[in-house]
Amino acid sequence: MMGVSRRSLRVWQRNRDVFFKLWKSEVPGFFAEPLMVLLAMGLGLGAYVALEDGQSYLEFIAPGIVAAYAMFSASFECTYGSFIRMEYQKTYDAIITTPLNIEDVVAGEVLWGATRSLITACVVMIVVAAFGLVSSPWALLVLPLAVLEGLMFASIALLYTSLAPAVYSFNYFFTLFLTPMFFFSGVFFPLDRFPDIVQQLSWIAPLTPVTNLMRAAVSGEVASGAWWGLAIMVGIVAVFFPLSLATMKRRLLK
Amino acid sequence: MVAISIRGAVKRYGAVTAVAGVDLDVAAGECFGLLGPNGAGKTSLVRMVIAASPITAGSISIDGRDIAAAAREVKAHLGVVPQEDNLDPDLNVLQNLLTFARYFDIPGAEAGRRAGELLHLFELGDKERAKIDELSGGMKRRLLIARSLINQPRLLILDEPTVGLDPQARHLVWQRLTAMRDQGLTILLCTQNMEEAWHLCDRVAIMSEGLLIAQGTPRGLLAQHGGSEIVEARLRWPGQRGAVQERLDGLGVEWQEVEDTVYIFRDDDHGWDEALEGDLAVVSRRVPTLEDVYLKLTGRSLRE
Repeated sequence: MMGVSRRSLRVWQRNRDVFFKLWKSEVPGFFAEPLMVLLAMGLGLGAYVALEDGQSYLEFIAPGIVAAYAMFSASFECTYGSFIRMEYQKTYDAIITTPLNIEDVVAGEVLWGATRSLITACVVMIVVAAFGLVSSPWALLVLPLAVLEGLMFASIALLYTSLAPAVYSFNYFFTLFLTPMFFFSGVFFPLDRFPDIVQQLSWIAPLTPVTNLMRAAVSGEVASGAWWGLAIMVGIVAVFFPLSLATMKRRLLK
Repeated sequence: MVAISIRGAVKRYGAVTAVAGVDLDVAAGECFGLLGPNGAGKTSLVRMVIAASPITAGSISIDGRDIAAAAREVKAHLGVVPQEDNLDPDLNVLQNLLTFARYFDIPGAEAGRRAGELLHLFELGDKERAKIDELSGGMKRRLLIARSLINQPRLLILDEPTVGLDPQARHLVWQRLTAMRDQGLTILLCTQNMEEAWHLCDRVAIMSEGLLIAQGTPRGLLAQHGGSEIVEARLRWPGQRGAVQERLDGLGVEWQEVEDTVYIFRDDDHGWDEALEGDLAVVSRRVPTLEDVYLKLTGRSLRE
């Protein structure tokens, strides 16, 4: 399919090996920060927040934090991580002299980005469960959702990376794309209290369906979940993954 | 048997033509040197050979297989040593080899055995656990070559493998490459080091402005283009320039003028005009080398 082969697994394995070698340097960003935000907002701000149905604020934001940090994990991996491998370490150039081709490299990077989302989601979910905030076995659905979310954000990030002229270009990606989603995709506040224009914008943000789905899964109220959001996620992967293959090929095979 | 067959290869980047139509056959077991100044198109040609760059026109096949049609199969038997170090700095020395072996689907035990042998061969046995950043330039280059051999390639392609190395490290690399060549490995070597080409290569080609402008054994090229003596001389008076040129052309010898210096390629077929020595101050007379041939064919002025 599109030139991708099972050999993309080799790229995934390379990234996995490096991650487990250097994982200690990842702890602050992807394990400590989500927990800090969860506790500071959930317990600190949460003491002043009363939700309509009596739900605790900590319980409200927990699935959103899982979704947001799974997004950041895949995005960091496939922006800064991929760009450093591609431009500074020339790892891609080395790999494509072997039987792997550039499509395998892109697919391996996206798969690894999705794996990073899954790892982050697992760590945060364990803490959420430890707080007794998981009320249903449906919560396990968060994990496959995190994988799909990771595929989606990794594909978007890698497309941006394949077009980025310099490492500084990622400031735009984070400040103008990811950070707004962090605040306006229903992680911390229900969307229906925002002005119309913000609501409309948030409905086209890829993080919004993820937040809604994860919230539905964690609360066990799967029936109320916006499951059509799954179609949006699959659709984004179906568009952005082939696009990133094409642009990465154009960038590297000169 | 032909290992590399290049037919009418052209590479264009927009309006710029880097490779302008190259035909070349490299025989199996041969060490072939590709010489040429910066910007001559060597790296562009090599990138097409290793399928890292699409061919604009023409075709390239390796061991009878078209690289555009069967890139994966061709690359499985290829070893590539790039000019620029692209070792994986996130992994240590041994992991670099093992991870690379995995790209070729070499099973772990076999990869470990080969990695150990190669590290020993390239005198990196005690650096197994070292980080890439801790290695000297010479060690990195040796590791790059060791890495290129992990899949036991039939064809080894090296882009300026000894640039920036001290003489000791350079000689170690040359010894290992000579041993590989003697074992029957086909080698395509891009270089600007004429001593390297002279010692290692069975045949060389000189590339200039995207074309191969001369081809042959190093000794053959020297005999054909070098003559028997090179006279390097300076004009005594700038005003004599015209007269000197006339005399040189009258002799029928080949000569080149670079700024204030004239290089005259003498051979046994042409005489010598003693009167020239009145107008020219001879700086040196010496036996030509491959480097003189190279400079004669590609021009002495800077090419960038």
